[in-house]
Amino acid sequence: MAPVISFRGATKAFPGPRGSGVLAVDHVDLDIEDGEITGVIGYSGAGKSTLVRMINALELPTAGTIAVGGRVTGELGERGLRELRSEVGMIFQQFNLFSSRTVAGNVGYPLRIAGWPGERRRQRVAELLDFVGISDKARQFPPQLSGGQKQRVGIARALATSPRILLADEATSALDPETTLDVLALLKRINRELGTTIVVITHEMEVVSSICDKVAVMERGRVIEHGPVYDVFADPQEPATRRFVHSVLHDRPSDETLARLREHFAGRMVTVWVRDDAGARAALSGALAAHDVHSTIVYGGIRELAEKPFGSITFELTGDDGAIDALVADLAAHTRVEEIAARMVS
Amino acid sequence: MTDWGQLTPILWLSFQQTVYMVFWTMLIAGLLGLALGVALYASRRGRLLQNAPAFHVLNVLVNIIRPIPFIIFITAIGPLTLLVMGTTIGTRSVLFPMSAMATFFIGRIVEQNLVSVDPGVIEAARSMGASRFRIIWSVLVPEALGPLILGYTFIFVAVVDMSAMAGYVGGGGLGNFAISYGYQQFNWPVTLVTVVIIIVIVQVAQLLGNWLARRALRR
Repeated sequence: MAPVISFRGATKAFPGPRGSGVLAVDHVDLDIEDGEITGVIGYSGAGKSTLVRMINALELPTAGTIAVGGRVTGELGERGLRELRSEVGMIFQQFNLFSSRTVAGNVGYPLRIAGWPGERRRQRVAELLDFVGISDKARQFPPQLSGGQKQRVGIARALATSPRILLADEATSALDPETTLDVLALLKRINRELGTTIVVITHEMEVVSSICDKVAVMERGRVIEHGPVYDVFADPQEPATRRFVHSVLHDRPSDETLARLREHFAGRMVTVWVRDDAGARAALSGALAAHDVHSTIVYGGIRELAEKPFGSITFELTGDDGAIDALVADLAAHTRVEEIAARMVS
Repeated sequence: MTDWGQLTPILWLSFQQTVYMVFWTMLIAGLLGLALGVALYASRRGRLLQNAPAFHVLNVLVNIIRPIPFIIFITAIGPLTLLVMGTTIGTRSVLFPMSAMATFFIGRIVEQNLVSVDPGVIEAARSMGASRFRIIWSVLVPEALGPLILGYTFIFVAVVDMSAMAGYVGGGGLGNFAISYGYQQFNWPVTLVTVVIIIVIVQVAQLLGNWLARRALRR
């Protein structure tokens, strides 16, 4: 099946003062399939927002093309843009609700633009408020709502015209952890029940690990990795992805943590990655038992990522160096192993 | 002694002239100033109707006109007033210089209030496919309504002030009354009564403006 969103050599340069300029998005080729939830991750300034805003033509490329549902954004007139945007909803970190309109007025606004008659509009608004679970707030104004309720209004408003695509720009970053989970569950439900393709910009691991099917990693305007969440995180190819994975998953002790561990553990430090492979995990236990090496768990943990086990354990290994070398080689045959610190010289 | 029996009808007529000048100036300049303010706001770089030449022309025009003392402005655009109104004498003719000056004044105030609208809200409306003009009247202006009402209330006081000066050059009104029957005849009570009436007009307008703005902001 043809992808619903497809970037080809998409580039966006912002002119700066005196000939300087910023290449916010740099020759991106990316396909997003219908019905998927894709996470766009990367550090601030990597170009995530610009990339996503190219999907609903809030930004047009300075080179290359973006096709959304078969339409090329750069070739659309005012009318074509309006049609495109009625098929792409968007929600925001700061919600961006109209404070001069009630909750119902906010949700009904895109329907007014689309020219829905009053009665149908009221029905649709009631249906949407019910779907996101805030029917009782219809007559209130946004400043009277909590953050989670505001984002629900934002979501209802974005869904008003039944878009095929929903864009979420850091939609949960301003919410507390519990509300974040509620909103993520709602996004997942939208994806399952309505079949909406969702693209989320985020820097929160929680968002990627709990709802995304695919992840695209951005660095300096480029998409450096794209694939199923588990594959990209379990086996990052690019140094930038590794750094990002490390900073969000803490899969190995930081230098500061290592220094603190050193106060108690002087031996060789080895980090062993745990993946979705029951055989390898059994082999790991076997190898630890088979060699005459004393092992102490000093750091790490195993969690779920895209519904599969994922994590790393750091051991302090003490004993004969030859035996330790043999153990490390044995482990490396089954999974990724890295010696992160040598024995301390006393 | 002050002959109030003779002065009261004249005072009443002056009051009506002031109301006439202020009402029409606020109506005409209120609408033109809103359009000018929106144009100043929206034509700036990176905004909805980005247009550098238009912005610079409007901006310089506002900056040139606004600092001219009003009493000088009235006489300076006399020929233009004659052309447009057919005369430079009378309460009706001063509507032209008053509306012109107030338009530039209001334009700047409107622009400043629109700047306070969160750009994120405008982006949200754009993402829904609203046209640029629709965003201006259905999002931008309503979102700034509270501050705009306070801005217009501020302008109202300035227009009352202008009307007094306009009276001095032939427009009639309370300002003219206070000068002709108070100051020039050394009649302090007449001046005082006129001042009190003007204070009452301004106070009522301010209270009304504050009340409306509170209603618009209570959300």
